[in-house]
Amino acid sequence: MDESAFAAFLNDLRGAVGEDWVWSSDTDMFPYRDAFSPVWNTPEEIQASSAVAPADVAQVQEVVRIAKRHRVPLHPISTGKNFGYGGASPNVQGSAVLDLKRMDRVIEVNEERNYCLVEPGVSYFDLYRHIQERGLKVMIDCPDPGWGSPVGNALDRGVGYTMPQFRDHFGAHCGMEVVLPDGELMRTGMGAMPGADSWQEYPYGFGPDPSGLFAQGNFGVVTKMGFRLMPQPEYYRTGLVRVPRRRDLIKLVHHVNYLSDSGMVSEVRFASPLSALLGDPDFAALATKLGGPSDAEMDAAASAAGLHSWAIDLQFLGPEAATAAQWEYARDRILSDIPGAEALDGDHFALPATEAQLENDTQPYPTAIRRKGALGIPSLGIWEIVRDDGHVGFFPVLPRDGEAVFEMQRVLGDASREYPLPPYFSAVTAPLFWHSNTFQMVFAPSIRRDDPEHNAMVHRAMKHMVAVAAEHGWGDYRAAPIYQDDVAATYSFNGGALRKFLEAMKDAVDPDGIIAPGRGGVWPARFRP
Amino acid sequence: MRLAFAVAGALALAAGGAFAQQATRTGPAAPELEHGKAVYAHWCAPCHANSMGLAGTNSLTIKYEGTDIPGVLEDRTDLTAPVITYFVRNGVAWMPPFRRTEVSDADLAALSAYLTAPLEDRGAHTPLLADEMAEMEAAR
Ligand SMILES: Cc1cc2nc3c(=O)[nH]c(=O)nc-3n(C[C@H](O)[C@H](O)[C@H](O)COP(=O)(O)OP(=O)(O)OC[C@H]3O[C@@H](n4cnc5c(N)ncnc54)[C@H](O)[C@@H]3O)c2cc1C
Repeated sequence: MDESAFAAFLNDLRGAVGEDWVWSSDTDMFPYRDAFSPVWNTPEEIQASSAVAPADVAQVQEVVRIAKRHRVPLHPISTGKNFGYGGASPNVQGSAVLDLKRMDRVIEVNEERNYCLVEPGVSYFDLYRHIQERGLKVMIDCPDPGWGSPVGNALDRGVGYTMPQFRDHFGAHCGMEVVLPDGELMRTGMGAMPGADSWQEYPYGFGPDPSGLFAQGNFGVVTKMGFRLMPQPEYYRTGLVRVPRRRDLIKLVHHVNYLSDSGMVSEVRFASPLSALLGDPDFAALATKLGGPSDAEMDAAASAAGLHSWAIDLQFLGPEAATAAQWEYARDRILSDIPGAEALDGDHFALPATEAQLENDTQPYPTAIRRKGALGIPSLGIWEIVRDDGHVGFFPVLPRDGEAVFEMQRVLGDASREYPLPPYFSAVTAPLFWHSNTFQMVFAPSIRRDDPEHNAMVHRAMKHMVAVAAEHGWGDYRAAPIYQDDVAATYSFNGGALRKFLEAMKDAVDPDGIIAPGRGGVWPARFRP
Repeated sequence: MRLAFAVAGALALAAGGAFAQQATRTGPAAPELEHGKAVYAHWCAPCHANSMGLAGTNSLTIKYEGTDIPGVLEDRTDLTAPVITYFVRNGVAWMPPFRRTEVSDADLAALSAYLTAPLEDRGAHTPLLADEMAEMEAAR
């Protein structure tokens, strides 16, 4: 695109949204760059040329039509806080960011039927405040950083920390409104039926449900989204169970699967008490040994240190008596099956929590649970864990099975050893139980803005880990634009039938390839090699 | 736990002046600073409030250890509008920059006015949203 064509494009955008809401200077575009990018200031960094911020749905439609006319790719963001996964950066150099932050109305929160309907610019902080100020008896489920949005987070299939049916944020959505690549407005589910009052209660409506196409996809710009909410629970309770031997993890996982899938527990945290020994070089060498240590070696280290091999932090939400009965049941179930297992009662109190309870310093044992997140209260407390200038994340999806945990520890541990990074995978790495029905592990090396060599090493490591994991059937759940092609390529069953199907649809629905080309590894014909 | 109590000793030693002035930090801000204080509450306090365990407050406390500069941004008396603008629009280390759709130029000007006003006009420290809501709930 030449300079005059670009100027004409910007001019049309200004006509649609007003002079003040279109940007293209380096200064104005700086905050749209990915502040956590491992390819910062290298030719691989993908930067937008401009940004446009509509105030309402009609302006979004107009912006999409303008982009189509000028054939400029648009990269929609809601709150644009996707750090670790590309920030607000697009998949194609020179794209225009469609910044929906100004559309920030909480349209409805229904405390009888337990749902909300929000615009893209509503952050978790905003939604939480809206609910609390009105004393509404519903609880949100938020990711750790509260400045992101239900819409943006869910559209990248983000996760939170309460009950399984709420913490998979895309899974908990119910009904969306979308501006399609030709500027047309569409609603999914019951939203497609004029006069229906059940848009946030029945997500499917009738016939094929296309809502999945808009998550990690590029088939439209989502302008409204509904979410199911948990009624404000009356009581909160925690309990810890520890098991002595390394292989006890296998049974422990089966029990936790049972508890979680039966709706008895909120998010749980697996941990190895042995991680406390990683500061000891001999133990660290054992836990990160090439090919992995033997069970006997790990058990010997555990008994020498007088520590258990694994622990599970359980959380319960509900009526007080129900949480007590569920904890008692969980404890008995695990203790009666795993010799040497022990249980510790945790904190318990009526909700909403007081300030002191939110501080989480009354837990009788060390815990990795962040109390605010566990109770659907947004914060930025998590930023404490960010190192250097940020990080990139690879979070491979892993079967919910102890043997699989051991295998990933070993395989990815061996694969990552050639990189001078902290040991993300070792014999004490515990699985994360974020998404409702699967495990994941974390690989999140830090980046340093002024250390290109370090960043290049991280960049290599990311690609290497994606490839090695895929050889074992472990795929990433979410990726920054610079890694989306690598990750999409690993979902290659039957000659990449999935990608072919998606690209055929992309060509049909978005022939000019203007909505986030490349997102999710889906490229329109115009950009395909 | 509020930071003021946790590191009161250190602050009192290192920043006797600033600490003494904390006694005046009660009540609402002067009316002309309300907008800026609301911007601070929404965009800065989540990392920079006067609380333990926050990335912004902790790192500034470490950075300025041994000087008379407090770790809590809201207690600073040395900031200027250009410095505030620079950090909001450029970020630093793992603090990302903020877009105009988040903090508008008018918001930024109000924020600067708040963070450069005399301490006694700024009112009480801005609470974290969670604490503000918990207090509101307790008062119900
Ligand atoms: C320390 C740390 C902790 C984190 N913890 C968590 C966590 O607990 N859980 C978690 O899920 N994530 C976590 N993240 C990742 C990330 O910060 C959050 O997921 C964040 O919510 C994503 O940003 P956002 O909500 O602003 O979404 P956005 O950046 O607005 O959107 C994400 C992407 O979705 C697409 N998109 C957004 N809006 C639209 C739209 N309206 N139409 C079409 N496409 C759209 C775009 O491709 C966009 O880039 C963490 C990151 C860090 C650094």
